[in-house]
Amino acid sequence: MGGRRTSHTLAEKIIADHLTDAGDDARSRREVWPGELVGVAVDVVLANDITAPIAIGEFGRLGADKVFDRDRIVLVADHFVPNKDIKSAEQCRTMREFARAQGLPNYYDVGRMGIEHVLLPEQGLVVSGDVVVGADSHTCTYGALGAFATGMGSTDIAVAMATGETWMKVPETIRIVYHSQLRPWVGGKDLILFTIGKLGVSGALYKAIEFAGETIEGLSMAGRLTMANMAIEAGAKVGLFTPDEKTRAYVVSRARRPCRYYEPDPGAGYGEVLEIDAGEVELQVSLPYSPDNARSVSDVGDVPIDQVVIGSCTNGRLEDLRVAAEVLRGRQVHPDVRCIVIPGSQKVYLDALREGLVEVFVEAGAVVSTPTCGPCLGGHMGVLAAGERAVSTTNRNFRGRMGHEESEVYLSGPAVAASSAVKGRITGPQGVLL
Amino acid sequence: MAGSVWKYGDNVDTDVIIPARYLNVSAPEELACHCMEGITPEFPSRVQPGDLIVAGGNFGCGSSREHAPIAIKASGVTCVVASSFARIFYRNAINTGLPIVECPGAVQETEQGDRLSVDLEGGVITNLRTGRTYPTAPFPPFILSIIEAGGLVPYTIRRLGVVGPLGA
Repeated sequence: MGGRRTSHTLAEKIIADHLTDAGDDARSRREVWPGELVGVAVDVVLANDITAPIAIGEFGRLGADKVFDRDRIVLVADHFVPNKDIKSAEQCRTMREFARAQGLPNYYDVGRMGIEHVLLPEQGLVVSGDVVVGADSHTCTYGALGAFATGMGSTDIAVAMATGETWMKVPETIRIVYHSQLRPWVGGKDLILFTIGKLGVSGALYKAIEFAGETIEGLSMAGRLTMANMAIEAGAKVGLFTPDEKTRAYVVSRARRPCRYYEPDPGAGYGEVLEIDAGEVELQVSLPYSPDNARSVSDVGDVPIDQVVIGSCTNGRLEDLRVAAEVLRGRQVHPDVRCIVIPGSQKVYLDALREGLVEVFVEAGAVVSTPTCGPCLGGHMGVLAAGERAVSTTNRNFRGRMGHEESEVYLSGPAVAASSAVKGRITGPQGVLL
Repeated sequence: MAGSVWKYGDNVDTDVIIPARYLNVSAPEELACHCMEGITPEFPSRVQPGDLIVAGGNFGCGSSREHAPIAIKASGVTCVVASSFARIFYRNAINTGLPIVECPGAVQETEQGDRLSVDLEGGVITNLRTGRTYPTAPFPPFILSIIEAGGLVPYTIRRLGVVGPLGA
């Protein structure tokens, strides 16, 4: 292989530029191929109030005194905050004390935080070309910036915090090309639910996904972040977008470090190339109990609901709240429905407030919560009772995900969620705007 | 190792292995009290030390919570045999010392309550009801060295000696 330049995918190129001498293969070269186990230097290491406590314990077991670079560790209290019970408060305290002891500037507590995958891109903590590892499966969100970002467990994160490196298997890449214009109201969430429906929940297991095509070029950064966020729901290690002018405009205004803009080589080797006519994609809903159980909202049938959640690391950005507000403005949440709106960060909250969106939600009879992962994983702020049914802009609808094992979660984008809140049954905007 | 089998299908996710409402603790023995509760409510009270979990494809999909393999290990389960594992769960199991084996053939012909013996070093699974044996896929050398060290933390200590910043 030595010296021969071959065409490479986005994932392979970013990994190749981060090689260390760990793993089965040496650092003496600048190319990697799918299947190789390699050591990789990391630019950012992330953990939250659920995963950091275990990572901190393992960090201590390593005998490490200091993190490898205190500017590159990001700790966010977002899952069970504001603390839902004494045990959660103890876990947050463990993380807070570690952040103080290590002098970590990028520790985010209540009042300054956001849901981690909304917060990190927004604050410029992750940038294009980074390798990011996070003790949270939705770390893959940053693929929208052209960063190789992937979720790992707490022990992996402990070692990365201490050493600044990790190991990984170079993934094969599936390239998905989206053609034509999106229909009205259809957004990134609908595209990714549709795609997961095609791939299945293990269709991209151990693989990278590259999202491409003219539909993607037309998609906002918020829409791309939503799509990258759910790459894990097809089993993928990472979901990558090639940085373009939109990416640069987004990242440059926020970045605290230099960015590196990678693009896949023409003729790169893909395990599979999928072509999707995005113009045919209708508003999507994924039925219980799997994200790949996706269908058009018009095919869902008559499904009464008890709760709607609009927010999360998937759809908690300002653009998502604008879509929801467009539907809810001047309308009322159905009397049988609790509608919970959760801005994804302090900044999103403030922007939504200044734009008048919060007023729209409250006047419609929704509640607006402080940023938290809360209900997405059945933690707090909207846990479901047995037999209850929710439409949610979150990312998982596994059995018991939002509460009781006999409750149900229907995944959708903000347009369907807000419309369903008004109607009291699952519907798209056409069911309420007339 | 040999034990009785708890048999599951495809896509067993971490939300049913350890529901998120219990993630406000990290202690293995507390997590074990709720292991598999989301799919088999009686699992925590019925599981016996030495039991095995045998499951289909994509076992452990979903969240990155290391609490999942920690709960399984602390419940007394000695090995998870699956057709395939979700990527993060695979790493977490290796890192925390929960033995896992990919063996679609054994999964296909194993039923709930069968007794299975797993010889990790020899790379063979035996179904003690049918007497059939199944070779298991070997681990890559690098991953094997993590397993042999007892997990990622002891492996890292062994590799780097004194742990410090990269290149230090």
